Amino acid sequence: MPLLYPLVFAAFLFSAGVYGVLARRNAVMVLMSVELMLNAVNVNLVAFSAYLKDQLLSGQVFALFVVAVAAAEVGIGLAIVLLIFRNRETVNIDEVDLLRW
Amino acid sequence: MERLAWLVPALTLAAWALILLLGKRLPGKGAPFGILAVGAGWVISLGILARVIGGGEAYHLRGEWAPFASGFSIPIGITVDGLAAVLLVVVTTISLLVQVYSVGYMRGDKRYVLFFANLSLFTSGMLIVVLADNLLFLLVGWEIMGICSYLLIGHWWEDQANARAAIKAFLVTRVGDIGFTLGIFVFFWAAKSFEIERIVAGVESGAISGRTVTLGAVLLFCGAIGKSGQFPLHVWLPDAMAGPTPVSALIHAATMVAAGVFLVARMFPVFEASGTAMNEIAVIASITMLIAALLALVQDDIKRVLAYSTVSQLAYMMAGLGVGGYEAGVFHLFTHAFFKALLFLAAGSLIHAVHSNNMSAMGGLARVMPWTFRTFTIGALALAGVFPLAGFWSKDEILTEAWNLGFGTPAEHVATSQGIAQIVFVTGIVTAFLTAVYVARMLWLTFGGAYRGAGEPHEPDGFMMLPLVLLAVGAAFAGLVGSPLVGENNFGAWIATPQLPAHGAVIVNWGVAVGATAVAALGIGLGWSLYRGGLPEREYLTRFPLLYKTLERKFFLDDLYEQGIVRPVVGALAPATYWFDQRVIDGAVNGTAIGTRQLARGLRHLQTGQAQWYAAALFVGVVGLAVVAVQVVGR
Repeated sequence: MPLLYPLVFAAFLFSAGVYGVLARRNAVMVLMSVELMLNAVNVNLVAFSAYLKDQLLSGQVFALFVVAVAAAEVGIGLAIVLLIFRNRETVNIDEVDLLRW
Repeated sequence: MERLAWLVPALTLAAWALILLLGKRLPGKGAPFGILAVGAGWVISLGILARVIGGGEAYHLRGEWAPFASGFSIPIGITVDGLAAVLLVVVTTISLLVQVYSVGYMRGDKRYVLFFANLSLFTSGMLIVVLADNLLFLLVGWEIMGICSYLLIGHWWEDQANARAAIKAFLVTRVGDIGFTLGIFVFFWAAKSFEIERIVAGVESGAISGRTVTLGAVLLFCGAIGKSGQFPLHVWLPDAMAGPTPVSALIHAATMVAAGVFLVARMFPVFEASGTAMNEIAVIASITMLIAALLALVQDDIKRVLAYSTVSQLAYMMAGLGVGGYEAGVFHLFTHAFFKALLFLAAGSLIHAVHSNNMSAMGGLARVMPWTFRTFTIGALALAGVFPLAGFWSKDEILTEAWNLGFGTPAEHVATSQGIAQIVFVTGIVTAFLTAVYVARMLWLTFGGAYRGAGEPHEPDGFMMLPLVLLAVGAAFAGLVGSPLVGENNFGAWIATPQLPAHGAVIVNWGVAVGATAVAALGIGLGWSLYRGGLPEREYLTRFPLLYKTLERKFFLDDLYEQGIVRPVVGALAPATYWFDQRVIDGAVNGTAIGTRQLARGLRHLQTGQAQWYAAALFVGVVGLAVVAVQVVGR
């Protein structure tokens, strides 16, 4: 399989993630979009690892690390979102703007 | 004993610090400590003088003040030779007596402690000048005296006039000090050293060119003009009478004004090498002695009479030095210290008694204050140069030097030109006459006639009386140490230094001596005939309105300075610099701060609190960086 296919796929995935992060108002959707971007990176890592025929498979290993870290991140992220919802009864991140001038 | 010389200024400095820090809690409010310190210094000084008289060698203590990595170092050190020894004794004696006197005079003053602290510091300044072996160290003592004179003249600063006099004294001497500092630089540049010994050696060996010597000497003399109140910078001295009387005595007899004469004496080999500098000294001294003596004739304030007489007598010393009479000039400095301190302290006693400085409020005091009268008269006659009191011998020596150079045959080569020596002799004789006249005027206005004042005059207490009596003894007999009646040349041998060996016997010209005495007698006679009835309805000089007006306005010098310098500076220059400082310099600093704050006010609106805006900015930044990485770095 040529390298181009997974790269184009990953680029689409990443762009979708960026769009989601920048455009969605719902905090949960933003977190999910972040997951999309992370997984686009994972695809890249695996693709390059296979392309370069790495003996140590460091690309795959890194991808597993990213999955683990992403799980942790999403756990904390959802906890924060939950607390915000309890306090302000909204998960719309436009309305969460306490740290401004 | 010479090894202890450094202790003399160190003790008074220690006394200053002690009185300043703990004065209020010390017994006697600190005054005994100042007296004790200068008393110990006096004993050491006498020991040093005894060694010098016995033919001891000059002692030199060298040290490093600030060594630099390049091998150059700023020296600090003291020289104890005959000149320094004599001045040490004079300064400590006068300072000791003045401080004892001040215990009585200043009793009950609200800044009593500060006054004694300043007296000690003032004395230290002069002692440093006397002992310094290099010009930089000398400058330190010189400036200490500058600040002390400011503090002491303005001791009663609540009165605006006193504060103004203090500022005037400080600023006018500063004008001369600029020249002095430049002179030090010239000699440092030429001799590569601040040490007086090396500078003198450089001048005498010809290593320093004649022009440089002249330039340096003239600049150094500027400092002496300022400090010793020579024309045209003498204007601060009469105003300095605003200070308490003991301060006037100290300034006029031992410290401050003596420093300028001492500087010329200390650097005498340098001045001697330059005809221009010697001529300048002699001419300026001639002008000063004449105008000061004339001004002394019309003053009503007794301290101002004495102040102008000091200016005139300092000019006498300078004139003596200017015609090559090193011994004569220093001898007059020595004798003058005694009788002028006596006159000031006795005048202080009069002022204390009648509560006024003005002679128009005195008169007839001889009966109520017999001891003040006796001591004051001795001082006044010594000032007029009456045989055999102190002033006679030294004044006569100066006139003889001028006569020998101008009209006779000088014993050795002198750089001063003959014509100028003739001017010095003639003005010297005229000044001697005028001195006798104003002395007689002063005596009869204060002690003769009937009492015109308001208060109840009385003799002062023991603290004030004792110094008067001791100084009267000095004023009567101090001249004998340099008199040809006692030895060939005692004083000359005392103040001889390695660079300036003694000249042998004092040359006595009996013609000059008799002539000067006759002139003095004539002057006293004239003064007596004019003023014996006390103060007449109006001054005699008012019959010559033009002359009286000129003298009353002090030859218009103060007006000239006021209109020509003070007015433009205070009126235009000072506001302009204030504006520049406030608007431009402070404006730049404050402008930076205000600009930053305005910028921040605008920029803070970027901080919206919208997380997605931040993410968008982050994304744009990352894309930008990626583009840069690919387009610029990746190539």
